[in-house]
Amino acid sequence: MLVMNNISKEFPGVKALDDVSISVKKGEIHALIGENGAGKSTLMKILSGAYVSDSGEVIVDGEKIKNPTPALMIEKGIAVIYQELMLLEHRTVAENIFIGRYPKNRYGMVDYKKMRDEALRISQELQLDLDPDAIVGDLSVAKRQMVEIAKAMSRNAKIIVLDEPTATLGEAELEGLFALVKSLAKKGITFIYISHRLREIFELCTTLTILKDGKKVESGKVSDYDTDMLVNRMVGRDMSDIYPKKERNIGKEILCVENLTRKGILHDVSFCLRKGEILGIAGLAGAGRTEILRAIIGADPVDGGCVKIKGKNVKFRSPADGIRAKLGIVPEERKTQGLMLKQNVTYNTSIASLKKYMTNGLINTRKEKQIAKDYVDLFHTRPGKIDVITQNMSGGNQQKVVLSKCLACDCEILLVDEPTRGIDVGAKQEIYNILNNLVKDGMSIVMVSSELPELLGVCDRIMVMNEGHMMAIVDAEEANEELLMSYATKEVPVKM
Amino acid sequence: MAHKSSVSAKSGNTIFNNSIQKLKSFGILWVLIAIIIIASILEPTFLKFSNVVNIIRQIAINGIIAVGMTFVLLTGGIDLSVGASVGVVAVTVAMLFQKGVNPVLAIIIGLVIGAAIGFINGLGITKGKIVPFIMTLGTLTAFRGLALYIANGSPQSWRKSGVDIKFLGQGDLFGIPVPVYIFFAVLIIAHLILKYTAFGRSVYAIGDSREAARLSGINVVRTEWLVYIISGFLAGLSSLILISRLSVGEPTAGEGAELDAIAMSVIGGTSASGGIGGVIGTLVGATLLSVIANLLNIIGVSPFIQRIVKGIIIILAILLDQNQKKRKA
Repeated sequence: MLVMNNISKEFPGVKALDDVSISVKKGEIHALIGENGAGKSTLMKILSGAYVSDSGEVIVDGEKIKNPTPALMIEKGIAVIYQELMLLEHRTVAENIFIGRYPKNRYGMVDYKKMRDEALRISQELQLDLDPDAIVGDLSVAKRQMVEIAKAMSRNAKIIVLDEPTATLGEAELEGLFALVKSLAKKGITFIYISHRLREIFELCTTLTILKDGKKVESGKVSDYDTDMLVNRMVGRDMSDIYPKKERNIGKEILCVENLTRKGILHDVSFCLRKGEILGIAGLAGAGRTEILRAIIGADPVDGGCVKIKGKNVKFRSPADGIRAKLGIVPEERKTQGLMLKQNVTYNTSIASLKKYMTNGLINTRKEKQIAKDYVDLFHTRPGKIDVITQNMSGGNQQKVVLSKCLACDCEILLVDEPTRGIDVGAKQEIYNILNNLVKDGMSIVMVSSELPELLGVCDRIMVMNEGHMMAIVDAEEANEELLMSYATKEVPVKM
Repeated sequence: MAHKSSVSAKSGNTIFNNSIQKLKSFGILWVLIAIIIIASILEPTFLKFSNVVNIIRQIAINGIIAVGMTFVLLTGGIDLSVGASVGVVAVTVAMLFQKGVNPVLAIIIGLVIGAAIGFINGLGITKGKIVPFIMTLGTLTAFRGLALYIANGSPQSWRKSGVDIKFLGQGDLFGIPVPVYIFFAVLIIAHLILKYTAFGRSVYAIGDSREAARLSGINVVRTEWLVYIISGFLAGLSSLILISRLSVGEPTAGEGAELDAIAMSVIGGTSASGGIGGVIGTLVGATLLSVIANLLNIIGVSPFIQRIVKGIIIILAILLDQNQKKRKA
């Protein structure tokens, strides 16, 4: 169905792809895996016509594509669904599905009725349960992905590329997506699936290609691999080494949350964090995990309950209050909430702790740069320079800058939200090591994550949330994925 | 050129080092230098001291407003009301002079009025959550109306009152006009604030990502509010220089000044979507516009055509800027 032969692509200074070939048969779900920077996105951008390769050929359905452009590739039946969905948030589902080729009536005006009917037909055909009149901005991420798939199908897509589709989905939504992909594959649609979550590859995909540093490592059947083999081929390490050995010196309770309530979102959540421990928070999307962190540091208002730090009642009206009380937050969305992307490493490292670098009322930039440099050295933040604009850094290194920012404030309690989302295995390991070293030195951490193995591997205790309720707190040593999952999906007790 | 800049980067203190480093990346600076060279070849009188002074004087009045505008643009906002603020301050201060109010007090009142208009903008934008474009469009319309109303539509002269503030707009020290000193003082203070104070850093942060700024402990409401107050205050200051120069307070004073100010900032590399830029660039942008206007005047180009040229320059400047960014990325 799809053959890409000897594709090479060079950017100034980087060989992004070096003689990569893949071939995918009709109806296959083909996994494309590799660390960030391995060349997956570049390869898919060449497939979508966004980039032109320096050499090599793309053959779709036996036809060699000459002079590819995005418009031509869409015509040839290729649809790429990016992690950041390309939908118009203020328009309806039907308008999004037919964007750019609205059905017209005989006066040349958009035929809304026909568009709506067609959208409904496609939705029913795919068994998607989409309301054509719903505004896309009101839909969940999972539903929006359905809209993207419906859009692709309405364009008669033959090959659909899914780029990290599950990074923002909960487990239940994931099932829905997988069922849809599998049923479409049965009907002969070919999928290329990019994900950092290896478990999904085994659950969903039939064949795979592993990329590393712009070169193909190998292709094969998914059934011939196991997790350790995949990780090994991708990074040259074993999965078992990825979590650092827990070295702990756990002390007294430092942060206590009592009956924290935010109407409709958090219900009577209570827990305590001890000095020098990592407390994990598990749960499905929408369980209220992020909201707990935001409520603690004062980013969101609360309707009831209290937060105590070292036994003292605190009331934060803004994150500024929380940071003054030596709290730090590594937010869920690194790019929009964690960093000033247009600014460099120094600026981002110092922005929350500027008071420290003041001499005579002005910022002492020498001191400021020194601190930034110290953190770059400490965390091995690449590319090792403090004047790099953070926008141009990889996800893992961006995350290190966000961590530097929090630590520069001398925080004692760190709230981290999905610290390794969308970053590659090697960088994940570095983040785990950093967190591990921090708690060894007396930091206390609350960590939200959607990846259960990560919570089990990094945390001391794990709190499970469901629909804004705290379901359980379990010791990581005694827990496993099944147990956490059962709490996360257990029915919430109805209050009398 | 490369040689010259590398020398200057080694000498001087760090503040100007940084600025020069930044300027090196401004393609627009080289455009300015090229135009100055062309102008001096075309018209040898162009580089005469009196003409240069004339150009800087022209820059000063609108440049002060543009400095305030740069603050606002850096947060991702816009302030359309500055021209109207100039008008309100012009007529009120002129009428206070007429009534025999102490001139120093009248000037202070003028500055407070400018700041107060900024305060109102800030209130609507931060507390009322009104989009800056709309909020300041509203105050632009209303305050221009107010200026016309209190002056009854006619220019206000204070000649009979005996007040003399010519020094502010027409005076000079060591051959350089007073407005130029004021402009450069404003520019330097603004540059220091933006680069070396927590407030200045917050201005950039908000323009980059409001939520990231808030989660970094920045008081977004206060910072944004203050930015509009600064913009209003500087519009007031500019108005005082203007009426001193003209010896009359016109209710239509400063009409269109907001657009000039935006053009100067944006040509100088300040991003209209926030987070990137600075007042040194604004100086370059303001100079470029004035130099071209002056050159066109000297060679006798019709003022109508001058407007066309100005419009084209704004668009070309942005194209140049975007191309540079693309090459860097």
